[in-house]
Amino acid sequence: MKFTRRKAIIGGIVGGGLLAVGFWFAYERDRMGSRALFNVKPGEAGLSGWVKITRDDRVIVAVPRAEMGQGVQTALAMLVAEEMDARWDQVTVEDPPEDGVYRNVDILIDGLPLSPEETGTIVDMAHWLATKAAGVLGAVATGGSTAVRDAWLPMRTAGAVARDLLLRAASRKAGIPVDRLEVREGEILLRKDASRVATFGELVDHIGDLASRPPPPLKPPSQFRLIGKSLPRLDVPAKVTGAAVFGVDVRLPGMIYAAVRNAPTFGGSASGFKVEGSLPKGVEKIVIVPGGVAALGSSWWRANRFLMDGLEVDWAAGPEPGIDSARLWQRYAELLATGEPALVRTLGQESRPAEPRRILEATYRAPYLAHTPMEPMNCTARVTRRDGGKAAVEIWMPNQSPTLMRYIAAGTAGTDQADVTVHTTFLGGGFGRRAEVDLVRQAVTCALAVPGRPVQVLWSREEDIRHDYYRPMALARWRAELDLSSGSPKLVGVAKRQVAQSPADQFASRVIGLPAQGKPEGNAVENPPYAFPSYRLEAIVPEGSVPVGFWRSVGHSHTAFFDESFIDELAVALRKDPVAFRRELLDGKPRHLAVLEMAAREADWGQPLPAGSGRGIALRASFGSIVAQVAEVAVPDGQTVQVKRVTCAIDCGPVVNPAIVRAQMESGIVYGLSAALYGEITLANGAVEQANFPDYDAVRLADAPAMSVHLVDSGSSWIGGVGEPGTPPIAPAVANAVFAAIGKRLRTLPLRLG
Amino acid sequence: MISFTVNGTVRQIDAEADKPLLWVLREDLDILGPKFGCGVAACGACTVHVDGAPVRACAMPVASVAGRSVVTIEGLGQGALHAVQKAWIEQQVPQCGYCQPGFIMAAAALLKANPKPADGDIDEALSNICRCGTYSAIRRAVHRAAALLGGGS
Repeated sequence: MKFTRRKAIIGGIVGGGLLAVGFWFAYERDRMGSRALFNVKPGEAGLSGWVKITRDDRVIVAVPRAEMGQGVQTALAMLVAEEMDARWDQVTVEDPPEDGVYRNVDILIDGLPLSPEETGTIVDMAHWLATKAAGVLGAVATGGSTAVRDAWLPMRTAGAVARDLLLRAASRKAGIPVDRLEVREGEILLRKDASRVATFGELVDHIGDLASRPPPPLKPPSQFRLIGKSLPRLDVPAKVTGAAVFGVDVRLPGMIYAAVRNAPTFGGSASGFKVEGSLPKGVEKIVIVPGGVAALGSSWWRANRFLMDGLEVDWAAGPEPGIDSARLWQRYAELLATGEPALVRTLGQESRPAEPRRILEATYRAPYLAHTPMEPMNCTARVTRRDGGKAAVEIWMPNQSPTLMRYIAAGTAGTDQADVTVHTTFLGGGFGRRAEVDLVRQAVTCALAVPGRPVQVLWSREEDIRHDYYRPMALARWRAELDLSSGSPKLVGVAKRQVAQSPADQFASRVIGLPAQGKPEGNAVENPPYAFPSYRLEAIVPEGSVPVGFWRSVGHSHTAFFDESFIDELAVALRKDPVAFRRELLDGKPRHLAVLEMAAREADWGQPLPAGSGRGIALRASFGSIVAQVAEVAVPDGQTVQVKRVTCAIDCGPVVNPAIVRAQMESGIVYGLSAALYGEITLANGAVEQANFPDYDAVRLADAPAMSVHLVDSGSSWIGGVGEPGTPPIAPAVANAVFAAIGKRLRTLPLRLG
Repeated sequence: MISFTVNGTVRQIDAEADKPLLWVLREDLDILGPKFGCGVAACGACTVHVDGAPVRACAMPVASVAGRSVVTIEGLGQGALHAVQKAWIEQQVPQCGYCQPGFIMAAAALLKANPKPADGDIDEALSNICRCGTYSAIRRAVHRAAALLGGGS
């Protein structure tokens, strides 16, 4: 078995923990949590920080990850329920309090500017440090497709600990030795005749002083009853009745609304404002907030209209008030030509130039992109002054990191983090946007202006699109050398130079004030899976005032387009079929190969299509999973790209809930397709030119392709993510299909003909 | 004062005539199922029925619903689940769920007007945006709801 670095770290912590009792206590303290931790109320008994049972026989699982549509509540609850042997229809979830037990270790590991292919002491050290840092920071966060990867061991362990406690509690209650009991479907049964000894609910008052123990080994996959099944999602019923509470649905006694107008230029602020006459009905106060100005009142609609039409604001400009897209592309072109790379990596052996040879070169572009989750950005905050003037802050927010929100809220209110409580609602989409802290800063600032009253800050869609943290625009040049000395051209080596800002770098600097490292985004510089004779990467990281952030699949979103488009161009240059060419280069990568083959087969690769139609393939490993997609397009008029059908294959290792994996692949495809066909944020006079869906459109039903998703079971025990890996391959798959259809190579996103 | 019926109950509202129906529902009546998504009738998250027809409430002045009947996701099933909601659960449509009340209202109105819609009819009637990309599940669920309502197979 190939022993990966991450396995070494996590396996070492957990495997060791399960074996050695001494280590178990540390693990229990660090990741199981105390039984009182999880908001235990009368009629409930905590079994660890992760799960509690109730007298009415429910099992409540702590899900400290944001439900933004990816099915995380369901998937994580399944992990606990599996090992606990709970009945699925007795399982519900609750948001636990902020605590280091719930930290996400994997998310920090993934943020490092290293390729998973890399090995060596320095890399191992860096990962070890990240693990330690995650522990110290206690970052409760959702992102990087890490939730299941991170929870896979701790939450199953919590289920096993719970089952062990329930068995011993039943044993004590009934006076029957533990080894004569078993747990099945939410009940403790007598082994010999399966007669019922107790339901979970009947044991609430019998857990008492029982100490948690290192649990017996976790179930092997062959014994899973829930994991691997397409169980119904826990969040669906509330989401079809209108009962689901998103951030915008928070209603509190005495609450008022706030609309915001942000400074027109990036990094700008409001320095003052002038109100003509009195404030209109429904608006009671104007407050300068970080980055803009807010109008507070009893009607958001009225306050927003007043901000747009009736308020004169003095704006202080940001650092680059005149920035525009044309000039930025010019700057990037210069950097591509002569810029000093922040990272250079070579693999394989660069050989001497062949003679005769051919140089194949292609330059690709990807624009800035906004996230546009359906729920516009919002945050509700209340600040109350305690005796002595110290502020207590309560936050209700659809967010991807309560830890960060708490940290920022405390800083904004000048109080301790212990005096801040963060409630995470359902997220009406996240896609990375809701890891940002701009809304909590503004909401707390508003709340400070009206002590004791909750304020719900909500942005219009126009503010959302113009004041996002964008997927970086990026420019790349791929270059390949072909040896023409023999009959057929032969690949000698490839090299890529790419220019893109780094969201991780900018995020750490603007959110927690770390000095910018100037390093590229880790997942923008992952090594390709292909066995090139030689490979050279030069990554240039420009400074820039345009805010960039984590956009679903982050660095993979643009680099997959560059890489998989160029592989296709190489195949054409070498007169090879795109699937066959990739197959050759995937020697020694059986998992990648299986995914590629599955996608090609299920898409009828090689079968004839009508004139003006074509198929394109792309393969991308990201966030621990391997995905291949085949797009089938028609270009009926030579102008419009119609994506008819997408076939997707994924190997994400063990599958917790197949229906959710399929849904996430479709979701990633549609999200990536919206960007591939329509997505483009452009700048003029220091501001974003787009404003709302009419000029920043998304795929709708009429242009959504037929999709099929195929799960590849390679037997790997390595858990991959699913929230993001569906997005990267679709843009290159479509671009490659357009080439197959009409022979035109599109190297700029969004994909436009003519 | 503007008077209209919401989910079967007559409501009297003291609001500006040009305040959009969406904001009257959400701010004045505490009916939170209809969602704000764009404010320019482009995404459909705010879809409700006015006298049975689907309407994007974010761009409809409340004055224009005076004397009319408004139904939101909360009133669609009249105390039970509507066939469209049942089909939505069966097909496990929602992901983040934010846009789904709008889709469900648009689908219910479509099926009332066209009990057995073809894919093209669905595409045309449901021009809402879902950023999670639940479109193929939505198509399946609309056909399933049509079957539940007795119009399809």
